[in-house]
Amino acid sequence: MYDVGRVREDFPILSRKVNGVDLVYLDNGASAQKPQAVIDAVTRAYSEEYANVHRGLHYLSNLATENYEAVRGKIARFLGAAEDEIIFTTGSTMGLNLVSYGWAEPRIEPGDEIVLSVMEHHANIVPWHFLRERHGAVLRWVETDPDGGLDPQAVIDAFGPRTKIVAVTHMSNVLGTVVDVATICQAARERGIVSVIDGSQAAVHMPVNMAEIGCDFYAITGHKLYGPSASGALYARRERQAEMRPFLGGGDMIREVTRDHVSYADGPMKFEAGTPGIVQQIGLGAAIDYLTGLGMENVAAHERILRDYARQRLGGLNWLDLQGRSAGKGAIFSFTMRGGAHPHDISTVVDRKGVAVRAGHHCAQPLMAHLGVTATCRASFALYNTTDEVDRLVDALELCHELFG
Amino acid sequence: MTAQPRFEEIVENFELFDDWEDRYRYVIELGREMQPLDDALKIPAHKVEGCASQVWLVPSVTEGEDGVARLDFRGDSDAMIVRGLIAVLHALYSGLPLREAANVDALGELSRLGLEAHLSAQRSNGLKAMVQRIGDLTRAAA
Repeated sequence: MYDVGRVREDFPILSRKVNGVDLVYLDNGASAQKPQAVIDAVTRAYSEEYANVHRGLHYLSNLATENYEAVRGKIARFLGAAEDEIIFTTGSTMGLNLVSYGWAEPRIEPGDEIVLSVMEHHANIVPWHFLRERHGAVLRWVETDPDGGLDPQAVIDAFGPRTKIVAVTHMSNVLGTVVDVATICQAARERGIVSVIDGSQAAVHMPVNMAEIGCDFYAITGHKLYGPSASGALYARRERQAEMRPFLGGGDMIREVTRDHVSYADGPMKFEAGTPGIVQQIGLGAAIDYLTGLGMENVAAHERILRDYARQRLGGLNWLDLQGRSAGKGAIFSFTMRGGAHPHDISTVVDRKGVAVRAGHHCAQPLMAHLGVTATCRASFALYNTTDEVDRLVDALELCHELFG
Repeated sequence: MTAQPRFEEIVENFELFDDWEDRYRYVIELGREMQPLDDALKIPAHKVEGCASQVWLVPSVTEGEDGVARLDFRGDSDAMIVRGLIAVLHALYSGLPLREAANVDALGELSRLGLEAHLSAQRSNGLKAMVQRIGDLTRAAA
C-alpha cells in the first residue's frame, strides 16, 4: 500500500510554508524536491567520505571511488542496462549533446535526415539544429494528433532512405504524452536508423527498461529524478558507444598521453573527462535507491490516481483550455485560461496561494507554435503530491478566474 | 521631483487595501483602463527584453509652451498584471521633464505601494527591465 502521507514526510521542504500557506509544489516537471535520504547522502559524502575519484590510492579516494562507481550499477539496474552502457552526465542536455557531437556529427552528410516529434524539449532539438547548421542535416518533424498523442506509425512513416537518426521523447514535459518508443525503436533498428530517446520525464514517472525499449541512446536527468542538480546519465548501447568519439578531453578519459599521441580509456570513462560531479552522482544513487524502495510501479499507480483526479477537476473548469488529452498520459497538465489572463498572470496569483506551477514555453517552442499559443501554465505532479493538492490548485485557479475573468 | 498627482492617487488607493487580492485586483483594473497599444506599434524595436511575458514601450517627447521637453510613453503587455504595472509606471513618469524623469527612483517609489515584495522584485515580471528601458529612453532623448 502506497502511503503518500508517509512519503511526504521523507521530503523536508514539503512541510514549509510559502506566502503564509502550505506549499503545493506542482513544478516537478522542471525539477523535483529531494528526499532526506538524498540530502543525507550528499552530507555524508562531503562530511565523511570525500576525495577525488579514480586517482588516489589513499583510503578516502578509494572509498569515494567505490561510492561513486556503485551509482553506475544502480542506474544500470534502474534502466535495465549493463553498467558499462551508463555514461555519467550532468543531465539529459549533456547526454543528448554528447550523442549529437560524439556519435552523429562524424556520420552526418548533407541531406541526411533526423526525425523529431514536434513536442520535443529544446534539449532534444537544438543539438540536432547544430547538425543542420553545420552539416546540412535535414530535420523532419512529426506532428502530434489533436489530443497531443504521438502515433508511432506517424514517426515511422517519416523515415526515409536518408534518415539516420530518430530523436523522440518518451514523455512530453508539456503534455504528459507517453510515446510508444519501443515500436519506434524497433522500426528504426530494422532500417538501420539510430534511436535517441529523451527519458527526462518518463524515467521519473514509470518503470523503464532499455532491453524492452530497444533504443540506442536514452538520456535521464538526475534533478528531475529526486537527485541533485547536475547529476544524470546517458544510456549508450555498447555497439553505438564503441562508435562514439569523445567530447571533452582531459583527465580520467585517457589511457596514455605523449607529446605526439593520445590514446583513450574504454567507455564509459572515455566520455567522462575531468573531475566529475562526484557527490551529485552519489546523491542520485541515493535517489534511485529511494525510488527502488518505493517501487516505480507503485509510484506510477499513485500518479495515475493524481492524473485521473486532476483531469476530472481541471476538466470541470469550462473556462480552462487543457492541452494534452491522450490516453495513458502522465500527470502533467498544461492549460491556458480563456478571457485574456496570461499564464504568467495565473502563476503569479496561484503562487500567492502557495501553489507553485510553471508558466512559459517550457523549452518547447515548436510545440507552442503547433498548439497556437505563446505560453501555457503547467502543473506537473510527482510521487509526493496528493488529491488535496489538486483541490488547492483548482481553488487557486478559481480565484484567477474571478480576478481576470 | 515634482509630485505626480495620478501616482499619488494610486499610492493612496493602495493604502486602503489590506489584502493582496484587492491590491492585485486594483493593479489589474489599472491595466484594463489603459488604452491598448495598436498592433502596428508592437514591433521588435519597442519590445522590452528580459520580461517573461511580452512587453512593449513606445516613448514620446513633447515640448510644451514653456519650452520644456517632457516624457510620455505608451505601453502594453499580454499579461494583465504587467499591463497594470505599466499603468503605474505611466502614472509615475508621464509628463515629467526629461531631466527629472532621468532621476526618478522608480523601484523606490513603487515600494510605497506596498505591493507584495515578490510582485515588485520578481525578476521575471520585467519591472526592472521596464524601468531600465524608460531610463535609457529618457537619457537618449535628453
